[in-house]
Amino acid sequence: MTLPFFNPVTAVLLIPIWSAALLAILPGYRVTARLNVVASLATFLSALSLFVVERPSPGPYVLIDDLNIVFIVLNTFVGFTTSIFSASYIAHELETGRLTPAYLRFYHAMYQTMMFGMNLAFVSNNIGLMWVAVELATLTTVLMVGIYRTHAALEAAWKYFILGSVGIALALFGTILVYMAARPVMGEGQDGMVWTLLVERAANFDAALLNVAFVFLFLGYGTKVGLAPLHAWLPDAHAEGPTPISAVLSGLLLNVALYALLRFKILLAANPASIAPGPLMVTMGLVSLIFAAFMLYRRRDIKRLFAYSSIEHMGIIVFAFGMGGPLANFAGLLHMVMHSLTKSAIFYAVGHISQIKGTQRISRIRGLTVTHPALGWGLVVGVVAIAGLPPLGIFMSEFLVVSSTFARQPLLAIVLVFGLLLAFGALTLRLTSVAFGEPRGSTASAEASYIPMFAHLALVLGAGVYLPAPLVVWFQHVAQLLG
Amino acid sequence: MHSLAFDVSHTLAGGLVLISLMMLYQDRLYSLLNVFALHALVLSLSVAWQAFIQDAPHLYVTAIIALVFKAIVIPVALHRIVKQLGIHRDIESAVGIGPTMLAGMGLVALSLVLMLRVTSDADPLAREDLAFALSVVLLGLLVMVTRRNAVSQVVGFMSLENGLVLAATGAKGMPLVVEISVAFSILIAFIVIGIFLFRIRERFDSVDVSALDDFRGERR
Repeated sequence: MTLPFFNPVTAVLLIPIWSAALLAILPGYRVTARLNVVASLATFLSALSLFVVERPSPGPYVLIDDLNIVFIVLNTFVGFTTSIFSASYIAHELETGRLTPAYLRFYHAMYQTMMFGMNLAFVSNNIGLMWVAVELATLTTVLMVGIYRTHAALEAAWKYFILGSVGIALALFGTILVYMAARPVMGEGQDGMVWTLLVERAANFDAALLNVAFVFLFLGYGTKVGLAPLHAWLPDAHAEGPTPISAVLSGLLLNVALYALLRFKILLAANPASIAPGPLMVTMGLVSLIFAAFMLYRRRDIKRLFAYSSIEHMGIIVFAFGMGGPLANFAGLLHMVMHSLTKSAIFYAVGHISQIKGTQRISRIRGLTVTHPALGWGLVVGVVAIAGLPPLGIFMSEFLVVSSTFARQPLLAIVLVFGLLLAFGALTLRLTSVAFGEPRGSTASAEASYIPMFAHLALVLGAGVYLPAPLVVWFQHVAQLLG
Repeated sequence: MHSLAFDVSHTLAGGLVLISLMMLYQDRLYSLLNVFALHALVLSLSVAWQAFIQDAPHLYVTAIIALVFKAIVIPVALHRIVKQLGIHRDIESAVGIGPTMLAGMGLVALSLVLMLRVTSDADPLAREDLAFALSVVLLGLLVMVTRRNAVSQVVGFMSLENGLVLAATGAKGMPLVVEISVAFSILIAFIVIGIFLFRIRERFDSVDVSALDDFRGERR
């Protein structure tokens, strides 16, 4: 089906960037917060229309295939729900005076610019353009992490900026090396950067150069994914920025970097002489999982706790994609979607909780289910989901990861299960203290919008109980693509 | 015998590595900034030479950007900031000069061994350029790691980016994305200088990053 005057790809890119410009100019908090929601909804609907509208054929800059549609739709959906959450969250920040109207305008404009950057990274067919887009998305989040201008926020933003830039610099070096490896085959110029053309002819590339390139790309984009030795920016950035940004950082930005990594993994898989990226990804994934699981026990700050939980889950996802094969890839993809939905739902709950209680320290929060039933139980469901209990979606994807690993590498599966149990223990420990028991701290009523949180949790529950057949077929197809 | 084209680009790229090493032992902010300006100047010469021998006029733009922004505007701006903040005293480096220099030499050796080995099929010009570029990148990283001062970390990061530009221009015919990334690097520099330094100053009366570490929040 084709529609005149409507191109979903351009819409996905242009709506955010236009609204960013508009939001930068418009005064007045109520109008801009609503406009932010409307723009995010429009972007989401355009992304959905990619399913029905005829896809553009891959050009030198834009590519839409089965792999990135999943990412784009997930991205715009979480972007949309977060904008709803953000409207109610930011209203409260304005009341308490933590943010001024001028910063708010800046915040909304940056929010849309970030969405633009992430969408651009997903649709780009050009490895250089993809790099630029990831860089843009990172820069905007750096600015938003530092928005409160407190000591801790500035330190977090600075650390994030420095580590993120070093990561992105290494990724650029890797990108240049890929071009160098491709040049003898592809000739000079544009073609050497176009991903679809590269994959077609990757078999003839210089394998040694490609290997080195992948190491740089893995370290570079891996920094953004938040893999263990390179994760240092992540807990700080999550803990100190505004909570809507923690939600999109965990739910979306990590996925963007992961997506870039997956594209290069496919590229390497097309070259038989190069190293298999699998073992590298498996190792880093497991290290992240175990490391984060141990770190979960020592957290005293509730947002930091869930930031480490993100590291843990990105570890599982990278592990699954590293194992490869149809089943593990399927599980990795499902886990990524489930993690994005659950983690952002958790951050929505945590955002309102920390606003009510006026603190992020876990020891000062008690008995939430008594004082704030909706928030408290929302958090309980979210944490139960993220800990991987049935019948929620993450249980299913974790089960698939574990069972596919048991079939092929039983020893690795033992390590994996150990990490999962460890993390499970830490999360239940913290959850019981926060959600149950004698209430502590302020009991002021919450002016929260519960819709985004419960919508996400409903989706996660739904996916755990029943996955629609077309979705399964789609994911299976994508898993095949990933090799 | 090598051609003149090879010799000149080799000299310039090697010069960049040498200046990167010089950066490692500067113990005053002003002199670090001066060395960085020299670094950017040599980079712009090197890029211009590549533009000439590759017959790629768009690279002249990159050269001019490097010359104007990195060699003149940013060092001058940083000079003024350093003066205003009154932090032209010694740089507090985390590691002593001796070990830093040794580490730097090790990194150069490492990158030469690595790049020359894996690019044995590529044409010699690009191959040595790439090896030098990786050295510059790694040395930039080392500068960032060994300095505690926010300004010198930014300088380290920008010298790292110079290495990336060197690599990108050495890769013959790499499309326009180079310019976009160069524009981006300048943007980063401005954001850092404009927003962070002044805000950090506002909050801490210092741009020493170790002052920030006191507020880590969890390590109590």
